Amino acid sequence: MAEFVFDLEKNADKIQQFKAFMETQKQRKGALMPVLQDAQSRFGYLPKEVMEMIAEGLKVPMSEIYGVATFYSQFTFFPKGEYDISVCLGTACYVKGVESVLEALEEELGIKAGETTPDLQFSITPTRCLGACGIAPVVSVNGELHGHMSKDTVKELLDSYRCKNKQS
Amino acid sequence: MITTERDLITIENLREVRERARVKLDGRLKGVSGIAAWEGGYKLTGPFYEKQQRVVLRNCGIIDPENVEEYVALGGYSALAMLLKDWDPKRVIDEMTRSNLRGRGGAGFPTGRKWAEAYRHDVPQKYIICNADEGDPGAFMDRSVLEGDPHSVLEGMAIAGYAVGADMGFIYVRAEYPLAVERLRTAIAEAHERGLLGERILGSDFSFDIELRLGSGAFVCGEGTALMESIEGKRGMPRTKVYRTSHRGLWDCPTIINNVETFANVPVILEKGVDWFLGIGTEDSPGTKVFCIVGKVNNAGLVEVPMGTTINEIVYGIGGGAADGREVKAVQTGGPSGGCIPKSLFDTPVDFGSLARIGSIMGSGGMVVMDDTDCMVDIARFFLDFTVDESCGKCVPCREGTKRMLELLEKITKGKGEEGDLEALSELGEVITSTSLCGLGQTAATPVISTLHYFRSEYEAHVRDKKCPAHSCKELLEYFITEKCIGCTKCARVCPSACISGKVKERHVIDASRCVKCGACQAACPTGAIIKQ
Ligand SMILES: Cc1cc2nc3c(=O)[nH]c(=O)nc-3n(C[C@H](O)[C@H](O)[C@H](O)COP(=O)(O)O)c2cc1C
Ligand code: SF4
Ligand code: SF4
Ligand code: SF4
Ligand code: FES
Repeated sequence: MAEFVFDLEKNADKIQQFKAFMETQKQRKGALMPVLQDAQSRFGYLPKEVMEMIAEGLKVPMSEIYGVATFYSQFTFFPKGEYDISVCLGTACYVKGVESVLEALEEELGIKAGETTPDLQFSITPTRCLGACGIAPVVSVNGELHGHMSKDTVKELLDSYRCKNKQS
Repeated sequence: MITTERDLITIENLREVRERARVKLDGRLKGVSGIAAWEGGYKLTGPFYEKQQRVVLRNCGIIDPENVEEYVALGGYSALAMLLKDWDPKRVIDEMTRSNLRGRGGAGFPTGRKWAEAYRHDVPQKYIICNADEGDPGAFMDRSVLEGDPHSVLEGMAIAGYAVGADMGFIYVRAEYPLAVERLRTAIAEAHERGLLGERILGSDFSFDIELRLGSGAFVCGEGTALMESIEGKRGMPRTKVYRTSHRGLWDCPTIINNVETFANVPVILEKGVDWFLGIGTEDSPGTKVFCIVGKVNNAGLVEVPMGTTINEIVYGIGGGAADGREVKAVQTGGPSGGCIPKSLFDTPVDFGSLARIGSIMGSGGMVVMDDTDCMVDIARFFLDFTVDESCGKCVPCREGTKRMLELLEKITKGKGEEGDLEALSELGEVITSTSLCGLGQTAATPVISTLHYFRSEYEAHVRDKKCPAHSCKELLEYFITEKCIGCTKCARVCPSACISGKVKERHVIDASRCVKCGACQAACPTGAIIKQ
């Protein structure tokens, strides 16, 4: 896995907003989860630096924060790619052969499920039922659904996003 | 006074608001294809819907979920208004008990009994929780209700709050459902604006509020006590059950936890009357159930039918049978806690009792159709893989036992099964079932036990003959070129490991020792000469 560095300077604004949000939550019962969720969506992952801010802001020990954050699969400790590819590993998609789609994705991108490419372009996130079982097997890229996938359509799909990047 | 679309809705003006909103809704739906007037309301038309009875999904796909007036137009919030005006809480509980509404989250516990218990404890703080974690990895019933008719859930929760004496509710919804979260946010805000939530609901002296809490991707958090731990901001591990949660639940206060579909049933039961509800479904399980029928079936989707409808009717009558001209082999119900039901038992009526008797469960409503190309051993392995991944690790039988079962199943599907493995699977299954702390472990072995029971010969073929009868387990199959081959060389050109040889216009041969079983040759062959065996 590549190393990813959290840039405190670049994220200064976000950090400030995040701290303000944390202030509003402090008094709430069970504030840790909503705060972690906010951090995850604001920064795209939970950098160590941010978890330290939470420990200080909510007066919760680091060990507890790690304990909670590692328990839930939604929390990640490295950034997601610009295009986050969710691969549905739900029952319907499995029965319709999503395994071979996942294998093809892993091969094409050179990373394993749950990882991000070093250039931060793509990540693969295994998920469960995306609620589109009628068009299984399904993957979704940043929330955009692609149904009836097969190992042969994987490259085409990735290329369509790669070239979106080149255009912009 | 004439009400406008911004006014607070009260017990007194609800009727007027409804009538005005109804005129608008009628206007909007006039001439919309696929929707027809029906029994004073509307229904979806077309062959897929004709055979269904939509009670929980009555408004889905018809009303605009982001406009509370459309929910009101079709009778929404009238049950709540009626109770606040004329019923005392005890009567609500008695009626819910009489309705015998059984929890739709999987276990089928009678809702009225649960409410009665929380009602009995006379303490200042009680909570209502809506379980919208929907953990079954192949189903999306609850999501459709939250997205299509969120107010029915809010109203059901408020009614529960009034009945047991709670002024606060939480909806614990999966973060993976962004649209549902968004719709709920809108609905809660709108309900606040119109006086349907918050202080003095509908102008009465009952106050009730609802907060959203997002799940974060842990299946075990769908279990009631784990979910409460999670709301409290901890790791979502199930509690040792000393007290019922209706006695001591969230922050140790009496707490009602019900499933989305259960809550969505509540307003319509009280609005139309318990006797009406008891007229639908069976004595064991009154009412309807929403199923998510998927997999190798022609018409996949959400299906709502009266309890007691046979599996045949659902799979063939509504689902249209197997897709791609194949044969249906089995249907899996109840997700990772459920079992596989063979086609020979498809005349079984679907209700809580009947499914339990044939070794499966109702579960939350997932129904996965499998055809003759699906290997039952591999399906059992798939669910065990899920369970191992999701076990919270608190107790040994579940944490270690499921791993051992998965290892055995992997061994078998790879053709390395040995004499005694099947017996070991059954024994492990029994131990895990009887000694695990929570429902996840207690039901983890069901997919294995039920397939061992109904499809034992398939297991035996893997272990003894090292064959997968469904030709699904990769390690156990061989690609073979039959005499239909015309020697076009297409297969040899696509083979990634260059293990196909043969001259042009002559029958080709696969070197099985180098074949990686990618299936590319089979897909490329114009004459269908390549088979799996
Ligand atoms: C591992 C596990 C996961 C569960 N997941 C869910 C779920 O996603 N949704 C749900 O409503 N109930 C789920 N349940 C059942 C709940 O524990 C509880 O019985 C249910 O929410 C009660 O509501 P009901 O009586 O209305 O069905 C789960 C149970 C277990 C053991
Ligand atoms: S049975 Fe499994 S999921 Fe349930 S408490 Fe034990 S280890 Fe956790
Ligand atoms: S299955 Fe794949 S590796 Fe095997 S012979 Fe066919 S193309 Fe070659
Ligand atoms: S593609 Fe089919 S017909 Fe052509 S050489 Fe291969 S097996 Fe024979
Ligand atoms: S199982 Fe993949 S979309 Fe439902």
